[in-house]
Order: sequence, then structure tokens, then C-alpha cells
Amino acid sequence: MTERQGVSGFFLDRVLPIGVVVLVILMLWYGFAVLLNSKFELDQAARAGTEISTRDLVAKTMAQERPVLPAPHQVATELWDTTVNKKITSKRSLVYHGWVTLSSTLLGFLMGTLLGIGLAVAIVHSRVLDKSLMPWIITSQTVPILAIAPMIIVVLNAIGISGLLPKAMISTYLSFFPVAVGMVKGLRSPDTMHMDLMRTYNATQAQVFFKLRWPSAVPFLFTSMKIAVAISLVGAIVGELPTGAVAGLGARLLTGSYYGQTIQIWTALIGAAVLAAILVWAVDIVSRIVMRNMGMAR
Amino acid sequence: MNYSIIISVALFWMVAWFINTRLAELSPKNMIAARAINLLIPLLFGVTLIVIWEGLAKGFEIPGVLLPAPSVIWARITASIDILWADFYQTFLKAVLAGYVMGCGFGFATAIIVDKVPFLRKGLLPVGNLVAALPIVGIAPIMVMWFGFDWPSKAAVVVVMTFFPMLVNTVAGLEASNAMERDLMRTYAANYWQTLLKLRLPAAMPFIFNALKINSTLALIGAIVAEFFGTPIVGMGFRISTEVGRMNIDMVWAEIFVAALAGSLSYGLIALLERAVTFWHPSYRN
Amino acid sequence: MNAVIEAKGLNLTFETNDGPVHALSNIDLTIDDGEFVSLIGPSGCGKTTLLRVIADLEQPTGGTILVNGVTPEEARLSRAYGYVFQAAALYPWRTISGNISLPLEVMGVARSERKARIERNLELVNLSGFEKKFPWQLSGGMQQRASIARALSFDPDMLLMDEPFGALDEIVRDHLNEQLLKLWAQTKKTVVFVTHSIPEAVFLSTKIVVMSPRPGRIHEIIDCDFGVDRPLEIRETPKFLEIAHRVREGLRLGHSYDDREPAES
Repeated sequence: MTERQGVSGFFLDRVLPIGVVVLVILMLWYGFAVLLNSKFELDQAARAGTEISTRDLVAKTMAQERPVLPAPHQVATELWDTTVNKKITSKRSLVYHGWVTLSSTLLGFLMGTLLGIGLAVAIVHSRVLDKSLMPWIITSQTVPILAIAPMIIVVLNAIGISGLLPKAMISTYLSFFPVAVGMVKGLRSPDTMHMDLMRTYNATQAQVFFKLRWPSAVPFLFTSMKIAVAISLVGAIVGELPTGAVAGLGARLLTGSYYGQTIQIWTALIGAAVLAAILVWAVDIVSRIVMRNMGMAR
Repeated sequence: MNYSIIISVALFWMVAWFINTRLAELSPKNMIAARAINLLIPLLFGVTLIVIWEGLAKGFEIPGVLLPAPSVIWARITASIDILWADFYQTFLKAVLAGYVMGCGFGFATAIIVDKVPFLRKGLLPVGNLVAALPIVGIAPIMVMWFGFDWPSKAAVVVVMTFFPMLVNTVAGLEASNAMERDLMRTYAANYWQTLLKLRLPAAMPFIFNALKINSTLALIGAIVAEFFGTPIVGMGFRISTEVGRMNIDMVWAEIFVAALAGSLSYGLIALLERAVTFWHPSYRN
Repeated sequence: MNAVIEAKGLNLTFETNDGPVHALSNIDLTIDDGEFVSLIGPSGCGKTTLLRVIADLEQPTGGTILVNGVTPEEARLSRAYGYVFQAAALYPWRTISGNISLPLEVMGVARSERKARIERNLELVNLSGFEKKFPWQLSGGMQQRASIARALSFDPDMLLMDEPFGALDEIVRDHLNEQLLKLWAQTKKTVVFVTHSIPEAVFLSTKIVVMSPRPGRIHEIIDCDFGVDRPLEIRETPKFLEIAHRVREGLRLGHSYDDREPAES
């Protein structure tokens, strides 16, 4: 496919199509909001015995307190309200809740990545570990591990570990697998020719690791880290569900759904989405910097 | 503390580890022997883990509400087959299957449309890539509000979760055929649909199956986690969250066992299908 | 003899990031029915581009070209030629007979007729018995033969071949050159053959078009007629060496390199 060049190319090939799609999505969103919320308004009008004009109908559907589908501006206002207009330490601030979720995500992600790298190194250098463990790691990727989350929280709470750590452990468990699998692939990725060359230098295993295997594995590591960080976030959110936690984005989702506060649900969801986007983007930036410094810029 | 159990388990572990180490060092020339060994080692490892688990739970007399022994879990499984089946039926056979088929179907159809309209590809794909990275399970409460408490809302979550990987992978797959192969079709004066059906779709199969495999895991996770947000009185996610609340951890493990079985079996089935359809791909020929 | 391909003042300029590239500049070429014409030249001389213009895979930016008396597009739509690429480009998910059948399926040939044609063309390229094999089970040379069989299966008037034997070793190449010649004698098709091997061009062709780069143009057209039954041994005869020398000199002169560079042996 031909890519157009220059600034006009950037506009025509990127900004315009994405902009149009986003615009269409917003319009559809507004349309559906009116559609889905209108039943409530019509019921209200029928109960009061009055007729409601189309203009009033549209206006009211976009200003309900518990809409079936909140209009974009309602969500935007609530977002603004709970982030900028509240103190960060307030229990109603989205930033506070986001931070609660983020902290366990980051902790779990870091631990999971380190564990994953460690295990991958062990697997690549030990035949028996490779043959006994690797099939199980690959199989575990087909198992819905998130289903274990409630149990981990409750069991750890029962032995006295509560708060940040249990959620972080779920995130650790979830991010460990993609990192381990990706790193094993990466550590085994060097060309046979390069490995043979190392043999002719009579290099030790450590030398081969630091000079050849590790640099070759870095791109694989960053790809897995992007998956791992996204899945850590999901783990942290799900970890907030079972015990009726009161803090965190998952908790906001849960309470919103219990009390029918749809706008709260949507803002929590968007908060989670923004967090996910920032995390993946951050890993991407780090990966670009590191790879450029290693001379492997794509 | 039951020392005899602990010691015998430790012994078992050492012997099994020794056996595995010896087995791993073998490199038999016979293909069948090599395959058998490659199956035996992880199997032995798995059995050892279960033995250690049983030994730890019984030997250190760990309370059942924390870590039930495998034997206890198995007893619970056999005693609750009807409950487990009902949960499986609700979650897997209804929500997961319906959502999976619809999500993958929509994703595939959208990919074909996006392929025909380049403007859509440039606009929709970046948005799609972004959404695919988001914690989609979060939409579960919204789906419950729109589709009710029963399985359709869970299926809706699965549809959204499986849609994007299918879309992204199918689009990538449709670009997999190279310029030379497409020029060849041009010299035959083949039209768009002939080129799509005879060249681009077969060439896209490895990518499509990659998405189908990923989606099988995502679908199960989506349905179960969606049930954490609320569901009628049956379902795997429902069972897990309520039994966790009652501290019946052995039942929770029983459900997890069923979920693991369902997940690995469906993945395996798709992998077998993949081998039949994409037998020609270099990754299968050695 | 009727002209099958007629190019007059053909021009093709590509717009690239680094400015315009004159891939083809003022090409005048007439190819008659039944000829075997080689296009030879260094990289960038436009030989592949010219072939692709004939095949309607590229559009010229100036001049005219007629294939079978009509535009290249009309010729393509009437399936006037079979194209053979540098790589076999066989579909790995189809058997050899499935691959030969591909153009026939696209063109709507009936199943019984397809079977007959597959058999016939596999025999032509000496691959009978390999119907049920998959491409990766065949050697490079055999894959290319299958690719040629595929190009002939729908009985086009012309064969357009873009360095089809370039990726093969010399021994296989000699063998395939002989086979191609026999095929040409049998089917009497018009062949346009792109190569950068001088012996290959001289051995196979009735006419050699020497091209040079920057801009892509025709430097010289050399006639060459060894008769239909030519064995490989003619490559050591004086007449062959003389023509090869002419081609080599033409390539050197048309090259943009400094002429004082030592000549290749």
C-alpha cells in the first residue's frame, strides 16, 4: 500500500481517518444515548399523564441521573468533576482510586517481570527444567487464571495478608506467564550462526548469555511486557471485586453497578482505559529508548 | 505435624527429580521414544507437584479453608458433579460459546469490510489496537444493565473481548500474501472475490487461528469474570465468588479444575484444527 | 510474421522520495509471433519493468504499446499470456496439480477439462507423477518447472518470464534451459525472457535486446539464430562466442560505469 509522504500525508493518512472514525463513534454514542434513555422519559411522561415533545425528550435523555447509556458530555463532566475538582486524597477522587489500582498493578507487574525473566533464564540453561516446566507454562496460558483471583484474595486475607499485597500477587501471577514465555523465545532466538561463532571463541555460558542471548531477547521482553502490564491492570481490578473493596477502580465499578450509578461505572471504566493506555505507552517509550541505545531501533 | 508424610513426600520428590534429570539427558534417535519421553517428564513433574501438595496439606495439617489437599478436592468434585455440570452449562455452553462465535464472526466480517475500504483501515485499526489493550472485563456491569443478569450479558462481554484480536489478526493475515502472488492473480484477470477466496484467505489462516486460540482463553476468562459482577444463581464465576464468601475453598478449587479442563481442551481442539488447516505452514515442517 | 508486441516511444517514470526515476525511456521494440526474445541488462535497466508493462502489471507514463493488437489491459483480460516469476510462487496449501489448476479455476474451465490439461502440462515439463506432492516436497528446479506448467495450462499465446532460473544453481539451470527450448519448439509460443546471464540469453533466444540503465533504454538489438534443435554444446562454438562477445560489449558500453574500469572476463 502506498504511504503518502510529508505533513499532508500525515494528515490524510492518519489524522483524517482516525478523526472521522472517532467523530462517527461519538455521533453514534449520542444517538444510542437518546434511543436507550428515551424509554424512561416516555414512561415518566405517561405516568404524569403528559405528552412530551421530541425536543424535550432529546434534552432530558441526555441529562438523566441514572441513564441506561450516559451521554458523552455527562461522562466528561463527571470525569472532570472527580479528577480535577476533587482533592487527590478524597475518597471520591478518581485519581485516588486510580492510584490504588495502579500501585498494586505496578508492584505485581514488576515482581511478575522479574520472576518471569528469572525462570526463563533457568529454563534456557537447564534441560530438566525446560522439559518438565515449559509444557506446564504453555498449558497454563489456556487456563482462565483470573478465575483464581477471588480465592487468592480471601485466602491471603485469612492468614493476615491484606490490602495491596494480595492484589499485587494476582498481578504477579498473571504477568509472569507472558514474560516467561516471551523471554524463553527471545533467549532462544539467536541465529545458529551466531551461536556457532561463540563456540569457536570457546565462550562460557555466562559470556554467551550476556553478549548474545540477552541482547537478542530484549525486543521479545518488551513485547511481553506490554501484554503483561495490561493484564496486570486487569488482575488488580478483578482483585478488588471479591471482598467488596472500597478503594480502587474495580471497587468503583462494583459499587456503581450495585447502586445503579451508571455514570460512575462509565467514569471508572474510562479511568481504567486511560490507565491501561498510559501504562502500555510508557512501556513502549522505554522500549524505544532502550532499543535505540542498543542500536536495535526498529 | 505428620512427619512420616512429610518425609515420604520429600523422598518422592527427590526420586522423581532424579528420574526426570536422567530422562532429560537422554537423546534417543527413535522419534517415538523421544516423543514419549517428552510427554513423560512434564507428566512426572505434574504428578510430583500434586504429591507434594497433598503431602504439605496433610503433613503440616494446613486447614482446609486455606489450602485443601488434592484428595479432598477430588472428593468434592465427585460429590458435586451435578452442580459443576450446571455451572459449566451456564457459563461455557451458553455464554462462552455464543459470545465466541459472534465475537469472532463479527471480527472476521469487519476485517473483510476494512480490507475493501482502505479509509476504514487507516481509521479503525489504530482505534481497534487501542481498545484491545484495555481492561474490557470492566464493561460487564454495563452489559448487565443492558442485557439483564442472565447469560446474554456475559456473552456480550465475550463478544467485545474476542472481537478485536480477531479483527487485528485477520487484517494482518489478509496482508500476508506477498506482491508476487497477488500479481499472479492479476495476470489471470481474477476478480476481488476470486483473489480473496483462493489466495488471501488461505494465506491468512495461520493468523486467523492465532486469534481463535487467543480468543478461546479470553472468552472463558471474560465469561467467568463477568459473572463476578452479578449473575443468577448458577455459573462458574457465580459459584467461585459465592463459595469464596462461604470459605468453601475446596468447592472453589473444584470449579477452577473444571475451568482449567474446559480451557485447555478447547484450546487443544482449536490447535488440532489449526494443524489440519495450516499443515503447509513452515512452522509444522521440520 | 505478425507483430505480437509493439512498443513505440514507451516511457515510464516513477516518482520516488529521491526524485523521479526514469525506469523506461523511449523504448521502441517489435516482437513477432513465435520469437524467443531475451531482455538482458544490469539492475535498473528496466528489463523487468518492460516485461511488467507488457503484462499490464505497470502502467506506462508515455508512448504506446500494443499486445496482440490491443492494449495490455485488454490482453490481460483476454488471458493472452502466462507469467513466470523469479520465484515459483506456488501455493503451499495446494498440491502440484492443485497449483496447475489454479488459473483454470479462475478462468472457469470445467473440471474434466482441467484434469486433462493438468496431465498434459505436467508431462510437458517432465513432472508426471508429482500431482499429489506439495511444493515444499519438491526441489527448487522442480518447483520452477511446475510454475511453468501452470503458466502454460490455459494455453496462452505468450510466455512472459522474469529471470525464472535466477535462483537455481548452474547445473540445474542448464538442464532447465534445454527443457525450455524443447517446450518452445513444441508449443511454438512467443516468449519474452528477462535474464542477466549472457550465456543463457545467447543460448535460448532468436533476438537479444541489450538494455542499459539510468535512464532505462535499449542499447542494441542482436539477432541470433541457431536453429531449433540446438544442443548445449553450441555454447563452445565460435559463432556463439562471437555473439556473446557482442552482447558483453554492448552491456559494457551501455553501463553508466566509467569505461576505464577493467572488463569482466
